[in-house]
Amino acid sequence: MAMIGQPLDRIDGRAKVTGAAKYAAEFRVPNAVHAVLVQSTIAAGSITGFDLKEASDMPGVLAIITPNNAGKLTHPENVPQAVAGPLLQNKDILFNGQHVALVVAETLEQAQSAASAVRLTYTRGEAATSMDAMLGQAYPPKHFRNGARPPDTSRGNADESFATGAVKMDATYVTPIEHHNPMEPHATIAAWDGDRVTVWTATQGISGVQSTLAGQFGIDKANVRAICPYVGAGFGSKGNTWPPATLAALAARTVRRPVKLVLSRSQMYTSNGYRPRTVQKLKIAAAADGALLSMRHDGFSSMSRPSLGEFAEPVALATEMLYACPNVAVTHRLVALNAALPTYMRAPGEASGVYALESAMDEMAVALKMDPIAFRLKNYAETDPHENKPFASKALRACYEQGARAFGWEKRSAEPRSMRDGNILIGWGFATSTYPTNRMPSAVKIRMEKDARVVLQCGTQDIGTGTYTVMTQVAADTLGIPMHHIRFELGDSNMPPGPVSGGSMTVASVSPSVQAACRALLDKIKDRAVAQPGWGGQSRDGLQLRDGQVVGIGQQISLATLLEHGPIEAEAKTQPGDEKKEFSMHAFGAQFAEVRVDPDLGEIRVSRYVGAFDGGNILNAKTARSQLIGGITYGIGMALHEETLVDQETGRIVNTNVAEYLMPVNADVPDIQTIIVPNDDKNSNPLGVKGIGELPMVGVAAAIANAVYHATGVRVRKVPIRIEDVL
Amino acid sequence: MDELITRREVMVVAAGGMALSQAPAHGADRASDASEKQTSDVPVSLRVNGRALTLHVDQRTSLLDALREYAGLTGTKKGCDRGACGACTVHLDGRRVISCLTLASRCQGKDITTIEGLANGDQLHPVQAAFIEHDGLQCGYCTPGQIMSAAALIKEGHAGSDPEIREWMSGNICRCGAYPNIIAAIRHASRGA
Amino acid sequence: MQAFTLTQPSNIQSAVAAASEPQTKYIAGGTDLLQLAKDDIETPRQLVDLEPLPMSGIHAGPNGLRLEALARMSDVAAHPAVVHGWPVLSQALLASASPQIRNMATVGGNLLQRTRCGYFRDTGFACNKRVPGSGCPAINGENRMHAILGVSDHCIATNPGDMAVAMMVLDAELELIGRNGTRKVAIGDFHRLPADTPHIETILRPGELITGIAIPASAAARRSGYLKVRDRASFEFAVVSAAVALDMDGGTIRSARVAAGGVGTKPWRLPEVEAALTGKPARAATLQEAAGRAGEGAKTTAMNAFKLVLLRRAVLRALQTVAA
Repeated sequence: MAMIGQPLDRIDGRAKVTGAAKYAAEFRVPNAVHAVLVQSTIAAGSITGFDLKEASDMPGVLAIITPNNAGKLTHPENVPQAVAGPLLQNKDILFNGQHVALVVAETLEQAQSAASAVRLTYTRGEAATSMDAMLGQAYPPKHFRNGARPPDTSRGNADESFATGAVKMDATYVTPIEHHNPMEPHATIAAWDGDRVTVWTATQGISGVQSTLAGQFGIDKANVRAICPYVGAGFGSKGNTWPPATLAALAARTVRRPVKLVLSRSQMYTSNGYRPRTVQKLKIAAAADGALLSMRHDGFSSMSRPSLGEFAEPVALATEMLYACPNVAVTHRLVALNAALPTYMRAPGEASGVYALESAMDEMAVALKMDPIAFRLKNYAETDPHENKPFASKALRACYEQGARAFGWEKRSAEPRSMRDGNILIGWGFATSTYPTNRMPSAVKIRMEKDARVVLQCGTQDIGTGTYTVMTQVAADTLGIPMHHIRFELGDSNMPPGPVSGGSMTVASVSPSVQAACRALLDKIKDRAVAQPGWGGQSRDGLQLRDGQVVGIGQQISLATLLEHGPIEAEAKTQPGDEKKEFSMHAFGAQFAEVRVDPDLGEIRVSRYVGAFDGGNILNAKTARSQLIGGITYGIGMALHEETLVDQETGRIVNTNVAEYLMPVNADVPDIQTIIVPNDDKNSNPLGVKGIGELPMVGVAAAIANAVYHATGVRVRKVPIRIEDVL
Repeated sequence: MDELITRREVMVVAAGGMALSQAPAHGADRASDASEKQTSDVPVSLRVNGRALTLHVDQRTSLLDALREYAGLTGTKKGCDRGACGACTVHLDGRRVISCLTLASRCQGKDITTIEGLANGDQLHPVQAAFIEHDGLQCGYCTPGQIMSAAALIKEGHAGSDPEIREWMSGNICRCGAYPNIIAAIRHASRGA
Repeated sequence: MQAFTLTQPSNIQSAVAAASEPQTKYIAGGTDLLQLAKDDIETPRQLVDLEPLPMSGIHAGPNGLRLEALARMSDVAAHPAVVHGWPVLSQALLASASPQIRNMATVGGNLLQRTRCGYFRDTGFACNKRVPGSGCPAINGENRMHAILGVSDHCIATNPGDMAVAMMVLDAELELIGRNGTRKVAIGDFHRLPADTPHIETILRPGELITGIAIPASAAARRSGYLKVRDRASFEFAVVSAAVALDMDGGTIRSARVAAGGVGTKPWRLPEVEAALTGKPARAATLQEAAGRAGEGAKTTAMNAFKLVLLRRAVLRALQTVAA
């Protein structure tokens, strides 16, 4: 039976439910000491001095590293999105909560209390903290999508055609700063041996850690080893190699002992990125029959001071391709603030952008007096209207149909406030989801041991998505041997390189190289078979591996016999082909939310949820469902809970914890019905997968916001939607 | 005062001596705790997972850090260190508590069960088995806390309905969003328990 | 966290004696104190451990309930006599924190839980409560969750409690012990308004300790309830909460006790609502009219003005539920 597609238990499940799975901070490195970061309490200016007397006199303190004594680092070349600081290389303060010193002590308790005793003096500069106040000084990003495309595009003439619309909307939507808050804090243990450094670090990309540290410390990549067999999720916050990983290595070099640096939850609010605040202006016009005439999507996202790097939230990309509209214009702008550098967060671009787009589409449907799904179908894009290319595959229509049927959408009465359960208002909302299908190069090494067990290695990560499991499934099917004879290893930069675990591309990237490596191994096994005495008449391609036997025409030989000559190894590298030139590659989905709103108290709860997704070929139905419900839960948080609050006077974040930065708890999440619409997208990659890490989150906030409108008649154009918004 | 301050002679360690050669290196050396923590002077005797354990901790050491940093029991996780996420949940004298806001030095003589002690040898606790079967986890970092909470919840008699389980599991945040599967796992385990 | 010594007294007298040292705090459940210590908000040099003291009893009788100060929130909430005789108390406790925290936190300690104001809990901000005279950035800052009642020009931090709000409608009386002996104080007199001394939060004298809480039995206590309104469904501090206890004579309200959480700088009794209910029939219009009076003297900001509306609606809902 084929393993691919089965709802198999995750292979690492036992390690995770018994506490045996080891995360970065949990490796026991002899003689390790502890480092704790000190962060600034002003948002702009420069450090004029340190008073380290009290801290340095405290028990156990080994070193206090400041810009005055920190070793010099270089900026790594050829590392996309490399974070330029803060790395204690100068005394400039660019945001509140910036790293300014690092205390190293024998124990964690000693390092923490000494870090609290470090005193700084500053000269204060003028800080820009309000995005709204700075909107007039917005500027185009310099390296939008790493230079792969311009920040602004248009087709037709959006502005002229807008005037001709029978029905129009023009509104601004706002999304707040959000923090990833993976449950595992950022952590690094760094240990030097001469000019070689090993880091056990919580990361979504060990290859990036390797090249970043090599560049910063001016050493060969081969002298950096990054290890991360398990990571307590990241959601984008562990995609870049952020300064704390570097600072841990810097500290270890300084005290000449292994150093463990674990961020506090509070410090994570200024240390590893966040989803920037966005202001999005949408203008849409349609003919009376619902045909879209014009769409304009102007996106602004908040940024740090430009010297720290650049991240622009690509909010309007879905607007280009999602609907068949002849006139479309999109722009992306940045607003520089005294804030930390933002970064990717689950479904970057689409989470914020499709929230705005699909809210606006709902407003249009209401104005047109059309059913929201019928309005989308009226403007269904059969081919990518922006790139003028066919979709590699698109089963969105089936998502609409199957999702609507499961949800019971036809029973919806269109009028707001028309559905009730006693006093409680019921709202049903809908939104489309989409996310691009990505793929990167990947390499895999494989070895069949003498006992016919197989080990595969790839320097990829399992961020909770099931990489260990699905890659084992792919190998089992390709090799035709049972899964329990296969071990897939990852999370070590000594292994062949894999891509960063981001952009929903791990399976699309790594599984082809697993398949290729397995095939290369099979070829070598067969080579060994045809080299056997008496096998000269067999053609290699005619051989099959079955039940531990290599079977040819009229003869067979056991693997065990072949392996008496020693283990067999193979390696494969795979990379994307020209598919992106030929096709527009996207995953799709339909999101259906039911909310219950207490009309007096304003409490909003999601009471029912259906998501139907075209995520291409699904390799493991069980772990796939987990990703889908997880993404929807992330979207519930975006819709109703999550918001990082920045004090406008000081630029300092007020809720740097998980008690006041609200994320959904168990009681916030209802039964979720997930529907996987079958689609095997072989145009995109060999396994036909599209990636489902981000897709299920996209559109959730819009579906919920649209449901809140349907329940209450109140159109809220920002998230999170709060009690007071519907009172 | 701005120069590097080194408080004591530091011993230079040859990192090459560590057992890191196997990939992935799940187990670098398990160091002797006593020798590592000479500056810690508060002895605490606990029963952890049925075994007597004496640790020398700092007066300030939380039970969580005592388990992770001093006892090498890293199954209990640090998520927020402020009692707001539940990742550090353990059983203290049979009740579920958060170990990050528990001082180790106040646990003298107490009986502590962590995730490492929940299974009966190779036989997983029914909640552990159900979490695997229902995929009540993704990254796995909140999982030990979820499971310790769930095992206690069933004993408390709070597994009567899905809404009841949801409410009584709300002290454990799962950022990956496995909640519906966690509910299914607890429902399943409680029927068998 | 700053270094401290831990003193483990063998009886109450020695605990009180130990607490006469400067920079001393008692530690019971520790669920708030250790958060504050980890963030350097509290920097005690000595902790006096109350755990060894036999002070965790729950005594329910026909005349009333006596909670010893170290009774755990979870035990009080689940106690059958509390569930039946003082439901508002059980409900408020169950709406607090998480099951794990309720297993640790004590009722005495819960009365002393400090505000969740983010400015107070971060030494990177100025705060009059933490550093008297340094200023209150919350007044013009992120104050959606801040108080609208009992505020001053120096502090608008919300008292975070649920249980104390329930106790306000139960006429609870706190038993205190200090160097100069024991005394009793009504729950309503225990917390102080911030005025120009927001760092002084209760009437406790230095070294004084809560030993117990006495709550009388009454018809109103039996007919009581707690409503907590919040952004997420569980494990969150109140945006607004309401506690109600009604003494009913058939359809008439003989007397009423109403209090609110999430709105005051201390647990907030609403005498204006109570007065409008006393002696009136428990009809919809009466309840509506009474609830509409809640929040007399409220001072709101742009961000938290909704709390006054929400307070009235929450009080009305709680009245409707309890009166029904």
